[in-house]
Amino acid sequence: MTKTTMTVNGKPVAAETEGRTLLSAYLREGLGLTGTHIGCDTSQCGACVVHVDGKAVKSCSVFAQDVEGADVKTIEGMANPDGSLSVIQQAFQDNHGLQCGFCTPGMVMSSAALLAENANPTETEVRHYLEGNICRCTGYHNIVKAVMATSGQTVPAE
Amino acid sequence: MPKDGGIGESTKRREDIRFLTGKGRYTDDINLRGQAFACFLRSEVANGRINSIDTSAAMSMPGVLTILTGDDFTGMGGNPAGWLINSRNGEPMKEPKRPVLAHGKVRHVGDAYAMVVAETYGQARDAAAAIEADITELPAVVDMAKALADSTNLVHDEIGTNQCFDWGWIEDNRAAVDEAFKNAPHVTTLELVNNRLIPNAMEPRASLADYDAGTGDYKLYTTSQNPHLHRLLIAAFVMGMPENKLTVIAPDVGGGFGSKIYHYGEEAAVLAAAKAINRPVKWVAERSESFLSDAHGRDHVTKIELATTKDGEFLALRTETLANVGAYLSNFSTATPTFLHGTLMAGPYKTPLVYVNVKTVFTNTAPVDAYRGAGRPEATFSIERVVDKCARELGIDQAEIRRKNLLTPDQFPYTTPVGLVYDTGNYQATMDKMTELADLAGFEKRRAASAKNGKLRGLGLSTWIEACGIAPSNLVGVLGARVGLFDAATVRVNATGNISVMTGAHSHGQGHETVFAQIVAEQLGIPASSVEIVHGDTSKIPFGMGSYGSRSLAVAGSAMTKAVDKIIAKGKKIAAHMLEASEQDIEFKDGSFSVAGTDKAKTFGEIAFSAYVPHNYPLETLEPGLEETAFYDPANFTYPAGAYACEVEVDPDTGKVEITAFTCADDFGNVMNPMIVDGQVHGGVGQGIGQALLESTSYDENGQLLTGSYMDYAMPRADDVPFYTVDHSCITPCTHNPLGVKGCGEAGAIGSPPAVINAVIDALQRGGHTHVKHIDMPASPARVWAAINNA
Amino acid sequence: MYNFDLIKPKTLADAVAAMGDGAQALSGGQTLLPTMKQRLADPGTLVSLTGIPELQGVCQGDGGIIIGGATPHAVVAKEALKYYPALAALAGQIGDPAVRNRGTIGGSIANNDPSACYPAAALGSGAIIQTNAREIAADDYFLGMFETALDDGEIVTAVKFPVPQVAAYIKFVQPASRFALVGVFVAKFADGVRVAITGASNNGVFRWSEAEAALSANFTPDAIAGLTLPADDMIADLHGSADYRAHLCGVMTKRAVIAAG
Repeated sequence: MTKTTMTVNGKPVAAETEGRTLLSAYLREGLGLTGTHIGCDTSQCGACVVHVDGKAVKSCSVFAQDVEGADVKTIEGMANPDGSLSVIQQAFQDNHGLQCGFCTPGMVMSSAALLAENANPTETEVRHYLEGNICRCTGYHNIVKAVMATSGQTVPAE
Repeated sequence: MPKDGGIGESTKRREDIRFLTGKGRYTDDINLRGQAFACFLRSEVANGRINSIDTSAAMSMPGVLTILTGDDFTGMGGNPAGWLINSRNGEPMKEPKRPVLAHGKVRHVGDAYAMVVAETYGQARDAAAAIEADITELPAVVDMAKALADSTNLVHDEIGTNQCFDWGWIEDNRAAVDEAFKNAPHVTTLELVNNRLIPNAMEPRASLADYDAGTGDYKLYTTSQNPHLHRLLIAAFVMGMPENKLTVIAPDVGGGFGSKIYHYGEEAAVLAAAKAINRPVKWVAERSESFLSDAHGRDHVTKIELATTKDGEFLALRTETLANVGAYLSNFSTATPTFLHGTLMAGPYKTPLVYVNVKTVFTNTAPVDAYRGAGRPEATFSIERVVDKCARELGIDQAEIRRKNLLTPDQFPYTTPVGLVYDTGNYQATMDKMTELADLAGFEKRRAASAKNGKLRGLGLSTWIEACGIAPSNLVGVLGARVGLFDAATVRVNATGNISVMTGAHSHGQGHETVFAQIVAEQLGIPASSVEIVHGDTSKIPFGMGSYGSRSLAVAGSAMTKAVDKIIAKGKKIAAHMLEASEQDIEFKDGSFSVAGTDKAKTFGEIAFSAYVPHNYPLETLEPGLEETAFYDPANFTYPAGAYACEVEVDPDTGKVEITAFTCADDFGNVMNPMIVDGQVHGGVGQGIGQALLESTSYDENGQLLTGSYMDYAMPRADDVPFYTVDHSCITPCTHNPLGVKGCGEAGAIGSPPAVINAVIDALQRGGHTHVKHIDMPASPARVWAAINNA
Repeated sequence: MYNFDLIKPKTLADAVAAMGDGAQALSGGQTLLPTMKQRLADPGTLVSLTGIPELQGVCQGDGGIIIGGATPHAVVAKEALKYYPALAALAGQIGDPAVRNRGTIGGSIANNDPSACYPAAALGSGAIIQTNAREIAADDYFLGMFETALDDGEIVTAVKFPVPQVAAYIKFVQPASRFALVGVFVAKFADGVRVAITGASNNGVFRWSEAEAALSANFTPDAIAGLTLPADDMIADLHGSADYRAHLCGVMTKRAVIAAG
């Protein structure tokens, strides 16, 4: 075991790791940040997406030791400093962009990464960007709506 | 209506706050001091005889605490089927024992036969790999038709056959149906497959067991849609303990879709291990284990025939179906292809004569059970495909043939030829609404535009009905259910006027915490924020049958409103005492108890406070406290129905199907929270599109699962689906539950697959590929291309 | 997965030194990690290439653009745009955004998955694979499904792409994995056209020489209208028969020619 340090949600942290310790396990088991979820073992479902140095990555497919020293942001770090929901989180609630909530952390982190790259994505761009995040509950309708609403766009009425 | 949301408001979901901030508490997020980790060793062969299992090397591996095998559970009971089906000849179905861990034989790839418990999961997995099992591989039974013909290779040797039962519904009608076919002017025949699906709730199954050696009490945190059902099955049937020694807690659960209704062996195994090592034991499925061991869905092979007049009036319908139950009978597996399928074969139509035959087959594959819709998607797909084919054969418009045969509002209540009584409906209204919203009139113009781009555009319709709100104990009892299907709620008014509602429903995405609070708030005239919904814990909830079969609101919600009625009745007694009036003169409205015709009144809060500060109560006639429990058993199923339209563009060069529009017009009765209902339909349609175009579960002839990961099992992604148009403004309230509600959770998954496939066939037919009469699901690009080119 | 030691050198020289004794290079890991989770690999030592600055980046070099071996797909999608738009577009279609932020060109080329996108670009462009030891022409590098000319311990340090006059990559995705069921890279150089196809063949990425000849003479979709590939060596699986893949090769090649313009 080695001690691996990084910055998570703005705070310097450290936890014991083996070579095989995944970033997702480092967050969940090492730091108790259980908002990052594990939904598959083939790097496909996206429930584990976090930001590493500002980029969306699948934390189940990165070794903790390989991102030693990185600046990591998880779903627990997404709310506003006063604890209120950030704009994207609020849009997910306003548009019913989640049901069981299990894919939600990854979905929010991917959506935030998209909006950082592209402030005004089209429907097609949103759908394409989210292809690495699987949701079984929503049929994606309200997730796409939420992301577009975050960027101030009109979305299908219902 | 309360300011913060009552019945009919699209109140935002309160549970979202924790899910959006990473504070949800799913089973794997719960950690108990001293917990150890379990890993299951699973069969790599589909059918095999276990000669020996040597755990000695594994036991000496680092961190290993205990290893259990099938031998350790021979004293326990089997995991039972919840529904007894009798064959046409009167014989009861075959019920081979389903042990906690495979014993004697392994019967499907993924069948667990040993469990290692160690300090870490990695150690448990390392040790599992060191177990030496001597297993003789036997020929696998995979194909259903072959399985029935085979008397030498058996999944369960002790029952002497691979057939579970041969069911006829309704057997007494068979002769009349056959006679109608003999004399029919036209008969349409179609052979089709309802493809096997893997539910794939995004949270894999997980269990965390705890044992208190001091009291002998067990506690199980697990991914369950119905914790009381789990408690009953584990305690009474499998482990043989009093129910009061086991608490089952289903915390936040990341989707179920049926797969988390059932009790699985891993749950009993971790409980036994927790006792054996006197430490908590956690198991979390890897996704690859979920693919192999979660109960799969659908998997019917059906021949359906429709007899009609020359102008398309339905005269009779009959089907022959082979339904796969997999290697063991899962809890609902025998009900799904029978009473959730055969009883729906009249659909929304007037068809006077219907006969259904279902043979269920054991195979060396994972167990098959209810998956979103459960039997009703299979029925709807079969009916709507044969209706589509019939219309083409007779040259009748797709909408017209449906309108000609739909039941009309004056026919309700309507007794179907397959034993159900539809209480109410207006299928013309949803058909009209769909026609308008989908702009059927403008289709030809859109088709021409697609043609200019080299694409074939098609339009598919489906009209559907389902029986849901799975309940009536008296009805399901007659039909073979071994449990009652009522539900329960306790409404506890606390002294300061806020309320805890303990409901027997379980929310794993449906938003009960929000919408149930809306209903109670409306009934009591108080803010919804004063109402808290408690679910998922057998130590807190009086009883409950959980959430599946679109039953939460219609059954558990009704129990809740009944309990609130009792609260109001008790409140009137208290008000009568406080206001020195007769109980008969007390009126309750907008959160206030008043004496009729006076301005004397007490607020709900004052009544609540008084109930817990009962100074001067006449104790002989008025008990302190304000808490009521109600059990509710409905008189009938509820019968939501709707009309769907799907438009597709097919690329004839690649066979790729793109859904360009999907329209749903549904009748769910009264709607409590339109936003949540919309979301339920979206999700169901998404899964239905998955079944129709993407999802295929494939076993090879040796019983190896070829689609065992997301690399080969195609889940619908955001770019596979369009924005859906969803409407539920056509309302015929349910006639027999207090809220007038019907179920909405399964609708989308039931109504959408035939609409998609009908649209694909329509596109190909209009595109000149008139030889294509049917394509089995999923209509993958390869299949569509092959259909086009295999003239 | 099996445990291992992770080494993260800061220079190529240190990485090469660490690669002795059966160590495995880790260059993004988007394929390697899932493989290790299934316990299909037990490398003992993993040498991470993600912390080596000299393996990073996209730049213009002699005879083409040079992409460092540890450059993530997302960086290529962005930074190669001005030099080689078809290559950038291809990089932007690999996996999904999160995978593109970790997965690297060197990792992809070294793995040579028969359905991966980058091999089509490398072979279709006539790229040069640069390693710590040598330069290998793409035509000599891809030896079949998951097989390359790399020796044990050899590290892909960069890939040099000659830039064609026009080019395009058209990918028809396998519906589950989103890898290429068939992907065709067409590149028109002054001295002729190259057509490389991934996803289709049991032998991995390959060049369709008949199509190259026809397109070199006449760079229009009509030029290959009559050409078909034999289905004999095509992959047949759940997602498509050999015939279907052979057919798609033609369709996607035509579409790539149209897209290249």
